[in-house]
Amino acid sequence: MANIIDDETIEYVGILAKLELSDEEKEAAKKDMGRMLDYIDKLNELDTAGVEPMSHVFPVTNVFREDVVTNGDGSKDTLANAPVMKEQAFKVPKTIG
Amino acid sequence: MSILELTAVSLGKKIQSGEVTAVEAAKAALAQIKARESLLNCYVTVDEEGALAQAARVQKKIESGELTGPLAGVPVAIKDNMCTEGLLTTCSSKILYNFKPTYTAEAVLNLEKAGAVILGKTNMDEFAMGSTTETSAFGVTRNPWNPEHVPGGSSGGSCAAVAANECFYALGSDTGGSIRQPSSFCGVTGIKPTYGTVSRYGLIAYGSSLDQIGPIARDVTDCATVLEAIASHDHKDSTSIAREDLDFTSALVDDVKGMRIGIPRDYFGEGLNPEVKDAILAAAKVLADKGAVVEEFDLSLVEYAIPAYYVIASAEASSNLSRFDGVKYGYRTAEYEGLHNMYKKSRSEGFGEEVKRRIMLGSFVLSSGYYDAYYLKALRTKALIKKAFDKAFESYDVILGPASPFTAPKIGDSLGDPLQMYLGDIYTISVNLAGLPGMTVPCGRDSQGLPIGLQLIGDCFKEKNVIRAGYAFECSRTYEAPELAKPCSDWEPAGQSGIAGSVELKKEVQ
Repeated sequence: MANIIDDETIEYVGILAKLELSDEEKEAAKKDMGRMLDYIDKLNELDTAGVEPMSHVFPVTNVFREDVVTNGDGSKDTLANAPVMKEQAFKVPKTIG
Repeated sequence: MSILELTAVSLGKKIQSGEVTAVEAAKAALAQIKARESLLNCYVTVDEEGALAQAARVQKKIESGELTGPLAGVPVAIKDNMCTEGLLTTCSSKILYNFKPTYTAEAVLNLEKAGAVILGKTNMDEFAMGSTTETSAFGVTRNPWNPEHVPGGSSGGSCAAVAANECFYALGSDTGGSIRQPSSFCGVTGIKPTYGTVSRYGLIAYGSSLDQIGPIARDVTDCATVLEAIASHDHKDSTSIAREDLDFTSALVDDVKGMRIGIPRDYFGEGLNPEVKDAILAAAKVLADKGAVVEEFDLSLVEYAIPAYYVIASAEASSNLSRFDGVKYGYRTAEYEGLHNMYKKSRSEGFGEEVKRRIMLGSFVLSSGYYDAYYLKALRTKALIKKAFDKAFESYDVILGPASPFTAPKIGDSLGDPLQMYLGDIYTISVNLAGLPGMTVPCGRDSQGLPIGLQLIGDCFKEKNVIRAGYAFECSRTYEAPELAKPCSDWEPAGQSGIAGSVELKKEVQ
């Protein structure tokens, strides 16, 4: 395998992806990602010098509208989906130490 | 003939003429669902009560002359990644196991305006990531042609439900082939429209630059009719395009004389099942016999589409799926220490293996130091692929090939080797990268009796070419349905209430 994903990299990816992996999952992820990157390296066969990266196939521009409220107060239904709520608010663990 | 065997458009006509009521149609579909779901598992949620109430409301509007469209009163199934107000929308993921949206996706709203009756939400690969519907947190969907086989994915539930007569048509979404490949495996017809044709508002995002919603039905006429109903210019989706050529049904003409059809030689290389190859070439001959000019050509770059796609789609997924954090909706872990631990544990417990794999790959290719080498390289490759298609469409109206290199694999055979599974997307993925419209039409079956799908690809905004070619081909054959599509029992006549038998329809996370 050309791409060796080390422990440090997989730890870093875990931080970026906000995922907590078991040791077993980490080993599997290292192997999977290495294999996938080996495959993706096939793109290096292509000469893309001077080619502009294309994020959208059609030109995309911002769509503006007047700042007018068109929907009603959906707070009750929105809060009904909260895993934990308190007094009309989403309850989360303490965020500032 | 049971009403279940009618196409959506022919049922719509019978409803308009008063021969069948919307309520009768909904009851017939619900009875079929109850009879088949314990085996096939096409749905995550069946909304019996809502469907019957909606059918009654729609029927009144039909009788009063308020609803006169072709789909009024026709029952539909919606893929479970499209938000439906008040109705469970899970993306087949544990992380959204209890999520009830506060609004409805624009495409679904468009259908509701046309008088559609929503039967329920169909099973899919978790967050549309997969090619078999096996990555669902709510169990695998089985292929109605052979329940030992997968229905394909990610819109496997929608395609299987259409094939098994558990609905009259369905909506799916297609990021790398998720409408066209399962349509092929289930022997039904599906269209992925040009990017921007159908609003993505309310579609839970996977790869935003690639995702498109499209119709799945039993024939081309139904698909064109449904596409006409769901396509719209929507200010709530900044990539939505204002098109004025949305009269897709005008292309339902059995005439391909002079149409230029190209067959990419590169689609017929190693890895293509010989039975699929023969069926596709036979389909090409049908179109040639009808007067189309069919020839082979070299498309080029075919083998670079899959690696480019997995970089782009994973990158977008890693960003899109960052919203699932256990705060505002969905699953939150039971025990945690502090905010970050809560995020991490909720996500790690809530997402399945394939979703985590793609989030990690996406986070990696976007990370500093790798962004240029992987992400920008993939976007440059995408530009080259688009250019190759542009060149092909200078010479051809339609590109013809298989939808998948093989027919439906057995359940359990695919997930062990993700990379091998990804390679199965070779004919569908480049279409998403280039934003093109593509359609699958059934074109035969293999020696195991499993369906084979023909893929027709058009240039951007040229759905009509694809629809015309598909319709002309379809006119040469009759629709084949699996044994399991047989109506389980006669639908109940009007006036009788309730449906025989009862099945627990609320699914548990497995």
